[in-house]
Amino acid sequence: MIAIVKYNAGNIKSVQNSLNRMGYASVVTDDPQTLMEAEKVIFPGVGEASSAMRYLQERGLDEVIINLKQPVLGICLGMQLMCKQSEEGDTKGFGIFNSVVKRFPTTVRVPHMGWNDFTEIRDPLFRNVERSDNTYFVHGYYAEICDDTVAVCNYGVEFSAALQKNNFYGVQFHPEKSATVGNEILKNFLEL
Amino acid sequence: MLKRRIIPCLDIKNGRTVKGINFLNIRDAGDPVELAKRYVEEGADELVFLDITATEEKRDTLVELVERIASKINIPFTVGGGINSVNDVARMLNAGADKVSINSSAVQSPELITEIANRFGSQSVVVAIDTKKTNTEWKVFVRGGKTETALTTVEWAKKAVALGAGEILLTSMNNDGTKEGFALEITEEVSKAVNVPIIASGGAGSKEDFKSLFTKTTATGGLAASIFHYGEIPISKLKEYLRTNKIPVRCN
Repeated sequence: MIAIVKYNAGNIKSVQNSLNRMGYASVVTDDPQTLMEAEKVIFPGVGEASSAMRYLQERGLDEVIINLKQPVLGICLGMQLMCKQSEEGDTKGFGIFNSVVKRFPTTVRVPHMGWNDFTEIRDPLFRNVERSDNTYFVHGYYAEICDDTVAVCNYGVEFSAALQKNNFYGVQFHPEKSATVGNEILKNFLEL
Repeated sequence: MLKRRIIPCLDIKNGRTVKGINFLNIRDAGDPVELAKRYVEEGADELVFLDITATEEKRDTLVELVERIASKINIPFTVGGGINSVNDVARMLNAGADKVSINSSAVQSPELITEIANRFGSQSVVVAIDTKKTNTEWKVFVRGGKTETALTTVEWAKKAVALGAGEILLTSMNNDGTKEGFALEITEEVSKAVNVPIIASGGAGSKEDFKSLFTKTTATGGLAASIFHYGEIPISKLKEYLRTNKIPVRCN
């Protein structure tokens, strides 16, 4: 069973819809036991960092996620919360990824919204994906490049399109909204 | 590189797709979910569903439709029409919409933009502006283009963005339904005035119209209904044409 972390962020249902279409059973839950026993955990979300983090901390979900041993995939805000620190609401993150989340410069339109490709990608998350493939992004803050970066995207600055450390994976784009390329990336994670 | 977006718009009435010509004389043309799936297969980058009846009693029908769409398609979509409160927004987003667009209600209560942005994030609020050139000025119209307001288009766009709009969908009523091309001048004026993505709408009649939009303005997307709807221009062919003309578009 795939568990999707339930919290006060949007777009959680889209992830479940996507898994349904791919034939994977999933449960949306904030129950620590269910999360710990799941085969894989997806931590999605769009929204604002500090209020999302406060919600997670109040329910002890931050500790639960940090201590998970199975593959975990953070999506968009989920990925950003797994970083060290975010400029959005001056939020301290889980510190899983060695990256700081910053506001895009004013030289580009914010949010970074739409389809963009990669300047770098690494397996296993990007198996059968090309650098020229596009995924759908929507975010006003970006994770800096760091030693955990496994995919790079360029929008005014080069930033982490994906991160990986041990059993933790994170993608800035929305694989659940990225047509066939997104399905391929989700499949790579689900088949880990 | 960030791609320019091609966005088909589906006007919805009583759960069916329709398209108005100059906002009048509506013709019926099909099941929204089937049409949406076809657009996704053809390479649409995003979809907009605009509920043009959107009375209170029809609201539940729309929520059901949004749920059906969300379960069937894997690209982002926006829902608009008759959204008047944060509660309406919550229902649409919970049903699976990625964004909502607000038009008359934003003009009437600008604070609604901020309320939605604070609760769901700016990326979920599209402010749709219907504009028409009257004498020398581009003015904002509401109520499906029926009522002129005192607002000028550029000023309203700037205010909407300052209040939290994450995107502007600009429809030129002078161009809508004419198939003679987008309103390039006002699109670029608005685009230069704000720092959020701009989607141009109204007037698309040919592949060349999209090329002009993307070479002569900094709009990030082009929206159209009838030309896609009746199969006049397949989206895949449009994108091939744009790519040949060195405009960055998604072709995978």
